[in-house]
Amino acid sequence: MSLTRAERNIIVSMWGKIAAQADAIGTETLERLFASYPQTTTYFPHFDLHPGSAHLRSHGSKVVSAVGDAVKNIDDIASALSKLGELHAYILRVDPVNFKLLAHCLLVTVASHFPADFTADAHAAWDKFLSVVSSVLTEKYR
Amino acid sequence: MVHFTGEEKTAVTNVWSKVNVEEAGGEVLGRLLVVYPWTQRFFDNFGNLSSSSAIMGNPKVKAHGKKVLTSFGDAIKNMDNLKGAFAKLSELHCDKLHVDPENFRLLGNVMVIILASHFGKEFTPDVQAAWQKLVAGVANAMAHKYH
Repeated sequence: MSLTRAERNIIVSMWGKIAAQADAIGTETLERLFASYPQTTTYFPHFDLHPGSAHLRSHGSKVVSAVGDAVKNIDDIASALSKLGELHAYILRVDPVNFKLLAHCLLVTVASHFPADFTADAHAAWDKFLSVVSSVLTEKYR
Repeated sequence: MVHFTGEEKTAVTNVWSKVNVEEAGGEVLGRLLVVYPWTQRFFDNFGNLSSSSAIMGNPKVKAHGKKVLTSFGDAIKNMDNLKGAFAKLSELHCDKLHVDPENFRLLGNVMVIILASHFGKEFTPDVQAAWQKLVAGVANAMAHKYH
């Protein structure tokens, strides 16, 4: 599965708006993940998970920043996220099912902040893009 | 059996009372067909599904979307007995329509995203969590009679 030129253009053109609120969007995405899918908290026993906590803000920021790296290198996501893929494969070992849950929560967050931009085509492009990112991050799992 | 707390039921009904079922139905089904094009396999007789604008404007998509969302409305009136409420529809989707239950999960998640885009800040993480529980319950109820 690879992104068409049109899909890449949509992602890149929307990223500016998202990046401008990166921290808020990252934090909210994680809050949504933990509220809707409490089992995902098992990966964060060391975190203060209260909404708005410093842990959530800093980790949310990290997640959005990594997505941003993928956007800025949208023609070669595998290279851009290679180190992060190794981290997830050898150290973090987050079960692959959770990438879909996180992606869904990021889409919900983006849809709620930018409804006018989140057209059917944008929704399709983002869903596909996050699916590519997830594949890259799980590529070295076995 | 899924149990909804008072807060969860309130979160669901507050949102639902403001949903235009006809419009939202078309949007939800349309987006399913656009974002996950393989779901078009069930709708060969719907006419023009050749582009996202064709799909979103297709009258058969809108009509069927309305039907689907109206069913959801019935679910919301029967949150304490989703399996009972959807028994007949479950049999239909298995025996006559041959729909993979995975599609119910995809549809539920598209619906949550559409609600988020309509309700913005009001669609808080807790409100979303209640809705995720509902759409999962509906998907399970729809799959329950499969054999």
